[in-house]
Amino acid sequence: MAALSAAIAMDVRVSSSARLGRGVLILAAISVLVGLLVLPLMAIFAEAFRRGLAFYLNAVREPETIAAIRLTLTVAAIAVPLNLVFGLAAAWAMTHFQFPGKALLGALIDLPFSVSPVVAGMMLILVYGKYGWLGAWLESHGIQIIFALPSLVLATVFVTLPFVARELIPLMQAQGSEQEEAALTLGASGWQIFFRVTLPRVRWALLYGVLLCNARAMGEFGAVYVVSGHLRGITNTLPLQVDQLYEENFSAAFAVASLLALLTVLTLAIKRLLEWRHGDHLNAGH
Amino acid sequence: MTHHVLPGFRLSAGYTLTVLGSCVLLPLAALLWTAFELGPSGWWAQIGTRRVLAALRLSFGASLLAAIIDTLLGLLVAWVLVRYRFAFRRVCDALVDLPFALPTAVAGLALTALYASNGWIGSRLLPLGIEVAYTRLGVLLAMVFVGFPFVVRTLQPVLESLDTDLEEAAYTLGASPRQRFLKVILPLLLPTLLTGFALALARAVGEYGSVIFISGNRLFQTEIAPYLIVQKIESQYDYRGAAALSAVMLIASLLLLIAVGVLQRWARRWAVIR
Repeated sequence: MAALSAAIAMDVRVSSSARLGRGVLILAAISVLVGLLVLPLMAIFAEAFRRGLAFYLNAVREPETIAAIRLTLTVAAIAVPLNLVFGLAAAWAMTHFQFPGKALLGALIDLPFSVSPVVAGMMLILVYGKYGWLGAWLESHGIQIIFALPSLVLATVFVTLPFVARELIPLMQAQGSEQEEAALTLGASGWQIFFRVTLPRVRWALLYGVLLCNARAMGEFGAVYVVSGHLRGITNTLPLQVDQLYEENFSAAFAVASLLALLTVLTLAIKRLLEWRHGDHLNAGH
Repeated sequence: MTHHVLPGFRLSAGYTLTVLGSCVLLPLAALLWTAFELGPSGWWAQIGTRRVLAALRLSFGASLLAAIIDTLLGLLVAWVLVRYRFAFRRVCDALVDLPFALPTAVAGLALTALYASNGWIGSRLLPLGIEVAYTRLGVLLAMVFVGFPFVVRTLQPVLESLDTDLEEAAYTLGASPRQRFLKVILPLLLPTLLTGFALALARAVGEYGSVIFISGNRLFQTEIAPYLIVQKIESQYDYRGAAALSAVMLIASLLLLIAVGVLQRWARRWAVIR
């Protein structure tokens, strides 16, 4: 590396055209980032505050918006822990044991990332909807899933399923089972091994996965849109509320959207902090 | 049954399978079964209409183009972030994740506001005769936005680990910077570039939230396939039509998932050379 840097440095010294090329590339990359990413983010806040602070505060304090915030928090509060446990369980099974169908299980865990959220919602309707596979049984037992909270949770769990598992599996694979096995020979129980040996070693990766999972859970639109029926004040999560406001009150939609944008900025900042402070404890490659 | 040293296999595998089963496997089976039940002619009756075919053409055409653009832009940005040191490099690096973390509906609103005829960019493009919002160009733009981080994040670790021996050898043999890039670096990056391309493509094909605002959903013009699925469910209660179209999208995603797996294996083999 040092040799090449020297070589490149020499290149730069020798020809001003190389220096120019470097400058052009950096400028081009920054233009792409600003034009494609920064401007849209700025546009949200600009539109949100276009009509002044008072309008903004009113828009985000509308009862329907408050209800949407509450619902989004509720869905995340159920879906994220479910996912956290799922990630830990899947990683434990995938990294400490050999069993038939393991590769298939790994592929299935990754699957939700490549399925369209709308298709995910459609699939849930085909199982849990009124005319779905379990529809008649659920109805006779008085359980409503589609157009109600459970479907929002199911859809959210579907789209966020890989987040935690994906952070943990490569890390635990790299760490191996030796320490757990050592604890076992010293007489530790399964739960003791999990809480005292495994969990401390993966805690930062776990937090990292949960952070990303939470951002997606609170921001999910397509899958939730399909299963929610978007009933105002009842099954409207924050992104769905943004969508409905957009039809009627442009600036209010952006005011509510800015809350989600704020969550995004916060998430990215914490993500960076985790990578910076605890990069060694996360999986290599982030 | 194989013997396990550590405890907790039944519990962890059991919970994993329960969640996977109720959230993924059962819904997956229901969709494939519903589509299968239609039979080939019934399936074509749902898919072969002018409206659905136009949407499928747009979805796949625009996402292919978007993934190509993402690959080029992603290569540029990843290269600059890994190879050069400049002011605000860390901020730039952090920014790349924005499309991952920004809720898709918010991204859709933002792009529409920006590119509408009275928006910051839209108003400047209008005199040039370029309209982005409510056109196919808008669909393309939204797809480029959501797919962008995949290429950068796939390339970065590989670029960082790229062994410089080959470049140095090329340098000492008198290769120009351009030759070093095109003949030495690019071939080594090819499998990774293709992986990023496939990931961006998979994301763009299925994208809903960020596209539907800027596309305007004009009949035969800017309707994407996921939008039609929603339309069929919501306003027509046409579950069979929605299932038939969903099955097409699902099979496309599965094929892309397999392609990504194959490409990653290929990239790992190349890693030995790197």
